[in-house]
Amino acid sequence: MADQRNYDVVIIGAGPAGLTAGLYTARAKLSTVVLEKELVGGQIANVEHVENFPGFPDGVGGYELGQLMQQQAEKFGATIIGAEATGLEIKEDNRKVVKTTQGDFETGVVIIAGAATRKKLGVPGEEEFIGRGVSYCATCDAPLFQDKMVAVVGGGDAAITEALHLAKFAAKVTLIHRRDELRATVLLRDRVLGEPKIDILWDTTVDEVVGETLVKRLKLNNVKTGAKAVLELDGIFVSIGFMPDTGFLKGVVHLDPIGHIITNDKMETDVPGILAAGDIRNSSVRQAITAAGDGATAAVTVEHFLNEQQK
Amino acid sequence: MSKPTPVDDATFEKEVLQADKPVLVDFWAAWCKPCLMVAPILDELAEEYDGKLNFVKLDVDSSARTAANYGIMSIPTLLIFKGGEPVLTIVGTMPKPELKKRIEAKLE
Ligand SMILES: Cc1cc2nc3c(=O)[nH]c(=O)nc-3n(C[C@H](O)[C@H](O)[C@H](O)COP(=O)(O)OP(=O)(O)OC[C@H]3O[C@@H](n4cnc5c(N)ncnc54)[C@H](O)[C@@H]3O)c2cc1C
Repeated sequence: MADQRNYDVVIIGAGPAGLTAGLYTARAKLSTVVLEKELVGGQIANVEHVENFPGFPDGVGGYELGQLMQQQAEKFGATIIGAEATGLEIKEDNRKVVKTTQGDFETGVVIIAGAATRKKLGVPGEEEFIGRGVSYCATCDAPLFQDKMVAVVGGGDAAITEALHLAKFAAKVTLIHRRDELRATVLLRDRVLGEPKIDILWDTTVDEVVGETLVKRLKLNNVKTGAKAVLELDGIFVSIGFMPDTGFLKGVVHLDPIGHIITNDKMETDVPGILAAGDIRNSSVRQAITAAGDGATAAVTVEHFLNEQQK
Repeated sequence: MSKPTPVDDATFEKEVLQADKPVLVDFWAAWCKPCLMVAPILDELAEEYDGKLNFVKLDVDSSARTAANYGIMSIPTLLIFKGGEPVLTIVGTMPKPELKKRIEAKLE
């Protein structure tokens, strides 16, 4: 790994937003590094089959899509580094320093295209049984639950996608949802309602994950009636979305109360030279293609910004 | 030995439990995409820790018995064995430096 510490553009997160931004800035001959704390490709890399990314009429594997985006960004010279951004400082001359688990990176421009973490249930037993029946990735683990009983917690597109994938392997899938209707798109809703292996428990939340060495059951709570119930099973897949993990940006850029980054339609934050793109923006619709679009917009804004600075 | 070598239900006892050195076992499967991301990192680490830590990989599809024995329900899972006992469990992907930190803490 070239030990370069000074770049024109530092991008935080290698999901669709970050990889697209990196493709554009690298192609514009700006030296570009993309920092990724986990999996290149981002959330989409864990999706078995993506049906709504244009250009792939038969759908495309999410992991493959991420790999293709990575290749394309690297082809034009972007560097991708495994590191987690932990701080962002603005120097007196307006240059920025991105602090990471791999040391500091100095740059004129930062594009924040990540900074979220998977939401956890936050109930007793959850942490304890991670990898022993508690999972956050159906495409990784579904085949390990062949002919077993599993539950998926959540009600959005992601949760439904995970439940449908699990239904190909498990004996039965129980979808546990805290409301009395699904937020998911009509197409997915119809599919899940028509899948005989999937049952839905409405108005229900999880109180506790119980097991010995492996998960054995869930303690459930009906949010309307307060009734308690127990569900015997082998696995629980948590798919209740992502939560901004932007603590390190507090006091640097403007955040909404949940922690999403506020931008204008050029992807600029309130600080010149700091932009945000993708799911982490407060007004994002949270799709791979819109995240990629945000990334492209951010990169074009960056080009203008740097051109102006040079004048 | 530099690259992680495959082990299965039949060879696990000898290659892992009776090894004279600590062994890192990578529980993986071909369908697990994040596993594919971890593999090149482990290739490099196998090189770096050559002589100190053995690296092996176990396909949970073809060696389901061993995977079940250790309660593997999520992959990638990495287990480090010392003297036949698992001393460290790592579930999921993480950047190489973080992985090294955790491994080194157990190699002391
Ligand atoms: C199960 C599931 C199914 C989905 N299905 C579809 C679908 O069919 N179609 C569709 O269009 N969308 C789908 N989505 C949504 C889609 O994946 C996201 O909208 C998209 O990935 C957002 O891209 P992004 O680049 O903004 O963020 P992400 O994909 O979240 O990427 C951000 C990256 O930043 C990294 N990161 C975070 N913090 C840091 C840090 N501090 N330092 C370094 N790196 C960091 C993360 O590890 C991550 O890799 C699905 C999502 C899920 C979970």
